[in-house]
Amino acid sequence: MTTPSSKSEPLSILDRPNSYIGKTVPRPNLDRLMQGRGQYVSDIELARMVHVVYVRSPHAHARIASIDVTTAKQMPGVIAVVTGRELAKLITPWVGVLSHLKGLKSAPQHAIAIDQVCWQGEAVVAVVASNRALAEDAAEAVTVEYEELEAVTDMETALDPGTPVIHASLGDNLAFERVHDSGAVDQAFADADEVVEADFVFGRHTGVTLEPRAVVADWNPAEARLTIYQGTQAPHMVQNIAALHLGLDERQVRVVCKDVGGSFGIKVHIYADEMATYALSKLLNRPIKFVADRVESFNTDIHARDHRCRGRIGVRRDGAILAFEIDDLTGIGPYSMYPRTSAIEANQVVNLVGGPYVTKNYRARARVVFQNKNVTCQYRAVGHPIACSVTEGLVDLAAMKIGMDPVEIRRRNLIADDAYPCSSPAGLRFEKLSHHASLTKLMQMMNYDRLRDEQAELRKKNIHRGIGIASFIEVTNPSAAFYGVGGAKISSQDGVSVRLDAQGSVICQTSITEQGQGSESLTAQIVGSVLGVSMDRVRVILGDTDNTPYGGGTWASRGAGIGGEAALQATKVLRKNILEVAAAILQANPAELDIADGVVVNASDGAARIELRELARIVYFRPDTLPPGVQPELMATRHYVPRTYPFAFTNGVQAAWLEVDTDTGFIKLLKHWVVEDCGTIINPQLVDEQIRGGVVQGLGAALFEKCIYDERGQLTNANMADYLVPMSGEMPDIDIGHVVSPTSESELGAKGAGEAGTAGAAAAVSNAVNDALRPFNVTITEIPLTPQIVLTTLGRI
Amino acid sequence: MKAADFAYARAASVEDAVALLATYGDRAKLLSGGQSLLPAMNLRLISPELIIDIGGIAELRGIAVTGNTVRIGALTRHVDVQRSPEIAAHTPLLKEAITHVAHPAIRNRGTIGGSLAHADPASELPACMLALDADLVVQSKSGRRRIAAGDFFQGIFQTALSPDELLTAVELPISAKNSAYFFYEFARRHGDYAMAGLAAQAVIEGGILADLRLAYFAVGDRPVLAGTANKLTAKTITPALLSEASRALGDELDPQDDQQASGVMRRHLAQVLLRRCVAALLSRPELVGATA
Amino acid sequence: MTATVPISLEVNGERIEANVPPRLNLADFIREHLQLTGTHVGCEHGVCGACTVRVNGDIVRSCLMLAVQAHGGSVQTIEGLSDSGEVADLQGAFRERNALQCGYCTPGMLMVAQDLLKLEADPSRDEIREHLSGNYCRCTGYQAIIDAVETTARQRRNRSA
Repeated sequence: MTTPSSKSEPLSILDRPNSYIGKTVPRPNLDRLMQGRGQYVSDIELARMVHVVYVRSPHAHARIASIDVTTAKQMPGVIAVVTGRELAKLITPWVGVLSHLKGLKSAPQHAIAIDQVCWQGEAVVAVVASNRALAEDAAEAVTVEYEELEAVTDMETALDPGTPVIHASLGDNLAFERVHDSGAVDQAFADADEVVEADFVFGRHTGVTLEPRAVVADWNPAEARLTIYQGTQAPHMVQNIAALHLGLDERQVRVVCKDVGGSFGIKVHIYADEMATYALSKLLNRPIKFVADRVESFNTDIHARDHRCRGRIGVRRDGAILAFEIDDLTGIGPYSMYPRTSAIEANQVVNLVGGPYVTKNYRARARVVFQNKNVTCQYRAVGHPIACSVTEGLVDLAAMKIGMDPVEIRRRNLIADDAYPCSSPAGLRFEKLSHHASLTKLMQMMNYDRLRDEQAELRKKNIHRGIGIASFIEVTNPSAAFYGVGGAKISSQDGVSVRLDAQGSVICQTSITEQGQGSESLTAQIVGSVLGVSMDRVRVILGDTDNTPYGGGTWASRGAGIGGEAALQATKVLRKNILEVAAAILQANPAELDIADGVVVNASDGAARIELRELARIVYFRPDTLPPGVQPELMATRHYVPRTYPFAFTNGVQAAWLEVDTDTGFIKLLKHWVVEDCGTIINPQLVDEQIRGGVVQGLGAALFEKCIYDERGQLTNANMADYLVPMSGEMPDIDIGHVVSPTSESELGAKGAGEAGTAGAAAAVSNAVNDALRPFNVTITEIPLTPQIVLTTLGRI
Repeated sequence: MKAADFAYARAASVEDAVALLATYGDRAKLLSGGQSLLPAMNLRLISPELIIDIGGIAELRGIAVTGNTVRIGALTRHVDVQRSPEIAAHTPLLKEAITHVAHPAIRNRGTIGGSLAHADPASELPACMLALDADLVVQSKSGRRRIAAGDFFQGIFQTALSPDELLTAVELPISAKNSAYFFYEFARRHGDYAMAGLAAQAVIEGGILADLRLAYFAVGDRPVLAGTANKLTAKTITPALLSEASRALGDELDPQDDQQASGVMRRHLAQVLLRRCVAALLSRPELVGATA
Repeated sequence: MTATVPISLEVNGERIEANVPPRLNLADFIREHLQLTGTHVGCEHGVCGACTVRVNGDIVRSCLMLAVQAHGGSVQTIEGLSDSGEVADLQGAFRERNALQCGYCTPGMLMVAQDLLKLEADPSRDEIREHLSGNYCRCTGYQAIIDAVETTARQRRNRSA
């Protein structure tokens, strides 16, 4: 709901003098990180702290016949060796379902496996020792007898009658199915001049955060309090869940997040080995540190994006797209992840396919099946890369079929910029998007016509370059519609408290969290702008459930839009309170005062009236000098939750320009462009850097990344030499432009931007490769696009 | 991933080192640069009983030219080979190849002896030894011997070294006048292990390849000196001849399948490398496009 | 368990005497024995570059060195390079350009960038990308880092001009 500007504010919040909104300013407190003086969980040392190493199943599916820990317990430095059955006395199992995902089912999962292991890498025994090396030595001495069971490792046959059911109590391996049918799809395909179909195959990915998952759990029996140091994106969620399963009240749990070495969604989930670590601390009454090593990370950090999607598009010869249809299959792990579920990604795919386009004829089926592989869940741009690659791939195929330029077909089918508000084919509401303005800007930025000319010239010399375009929509600022409605204790609101300290500086506590995207900076920029103080007088506290308001945290691109609005509203109140006190001190009218650069001034001529420092001194130490009855309040708290739109959709378009060596299959990325509309931009450089980072993750998906499982469910490339992440040598420069369509739901008008880059980058690359290979009459709808796949498709090998 | 425990000994001299090797044999591992040994140990893929640290043995470092021979001590770091004026002048193929070995921080520690003794079939230096017709000088308690590069590399991580032997130096003939070299590897990313690579050394006289040594890597369980080179020497190269040689190369090689590439892919890349190599050596770019 | 080995070395200009298990790698020694936690561990198999330090003036991957191998040597970590001011201009450029987000790769990146700038006063963007090609960053997509190194190189050339 928009708050109309009151008469005392001649300019909107965004136009205030010395406003930081829309300014590129360096993030505060970077020195700590650049000097190597950050505090990542892996850096934390506490008194009497010990280390846990998990013995992990070498089998994808097996019964645990026996566990012998006698030798391990005797080894040097070992403090305890604990099995799943023993730990179950301290921590209850969980089930990763949400009620709004109708039919989603999953089996109870324990912190440490009991009786059955369901993926290679699942923890079976905990070894606690005085250091990690000694714990690993002892772990080698633990003997576990397994009875191997047949593993379900092929999503295409997971539902076949002959395939074993992983959890008998569930009846089958189907976790979730969703169907959608809107408009008149069959009629539309009948009316179409051309119908094109393709099978899109996506590599299973994982986040590969440079700092692996790490937790220090510190149960203090004297206080009956558990302090969890963890790089989580959602500390209140962890607080809630840890308390729930350990039989504690939330107020007995404190979650502290200091510096986090990358997350991208990987660290927003509840992991069995982290829950086990909390329980071990309670069992042993001392701090326990768990740091996943890189091999463990590959085997147990959530995976994502393992989809096979058959897509169909119907198009008229004049370029009108008449219908989209998809049948999507995704193979997750043996459990739906907790608490956000492993069905959300597929749900998003159904929600987002066809999203930028006008056609209302859309049919979809998505099935999510259990497998004996690592668990999967939300990873940056959840589902968007799949939906965008399928949609944009189909659009390009349609264009090719009718002989139309790929930009032209998009111009004829993208929702008009003046058509809002309106709904997507999947029924999602769009407030205001700018597909056409964005596409036009992209064409200018990349000089599309010149690139086409260059492509034509080089083709004559047998050099094959391609242009790929990808339009996309992105879900940001989610309301309770995402998780809360399904029963998850995941907050969709956030809160900010601001107070003036005794020297006139501002202390700000926010419930959003920082993983490097700039949450601290955007908060300080907003507070500084709204209040009228320099950013370096604003101290931001985040990542501590004891010292921040209750909130959702930073995920699903909600930090700026939701946390930023809470900061704005709280600071407006503080400003009003300060001016009331100032007016009382100065015997003036608050409406005639303003704050600029830390000084209360005349709104009319900017003349200084009283410094905040002086005002604070009076309020805190000399209230006896204030007029009678005045009770100053120099602290304000406001929370914010989106109420009108379940999600604030943003839009964008990306383009890739690349060269394919048809002798070797190697692809060289030459350049990449993004035009993004995320509403009000608080710090342009930070937004652009989020987009760049997101794009490169998408480029990694397009060319390099894939978790390779064999048919026995063994992850065969669980190290950084064999799972290929994008490095600087292969990445292009990325140019970014913006269109700005603020949301009117909040005064700030900011939507989210963190995931946009990842949503469309792989689609742009796939389309560019197919564009480059047009003379050869081939299409590749699989990623990663390895040289081998390119050469095989070309028939060179 | 912490390495398993091991006993540790610092060898002060070659004599020290070979004495320890004589006692421990394959229960010990030599530590020079450690850039291949330590990852394997951190991953607990190997757990040697004893580590013999030879990093302090000064006599094993250094590059010297004597007559027609360049002698490189086994402990000479990759970065030192890269910067060496002697290497640049006398065996420039090696200088070029070294720039493709991993990354700068690895090259600051990794040694030529370590790389050759490790004998990863996808690595650059073993192939260079073949291309340059090197001799590897090896020492044990019972004495010294010289092993020709062609006899040294025997399989994946397998060499002619006995468990009690220490590689002390490599000796390379100075590249002749009129010699030329070619080096290229296909890798997914900078510094990655090659999918297929070629280190080639040639002598060129009047547009003819008087001598040609084609040493492929990452196309088998060891570097391969392609016999196909004989089809290209002492004659005028035509597109047809090059195509025939390419076919023969395909028959000669039997590359492995793995995650990075299939054997078929590797064979194909080796053939592409052949064309690019010959075209570059003879400065005849039109030969690149000759199709098989 | 093997007996510890005495080592003596210099770390950021400070004389250090310690007794270490032979299997202790240099990264863990720096982080756990010296509490210099700016050197980060990302993979322990020498691929990510987060553990980069300088030993005897050369950048190395400290996860691929044993602490005992540093005996008699001189080690410099990011804390040392920061406190001496050696990389102050690089850090300034990183700050201005937001060439770091989570900061975990940053100590390694600064180490390797400084190494490049000592070798090459006017590196091209491709040369910068290549020198940094063994340092993994998941947050930035690398471009901002390349920009910051390029800017610093230009500033240094201007200062010495």
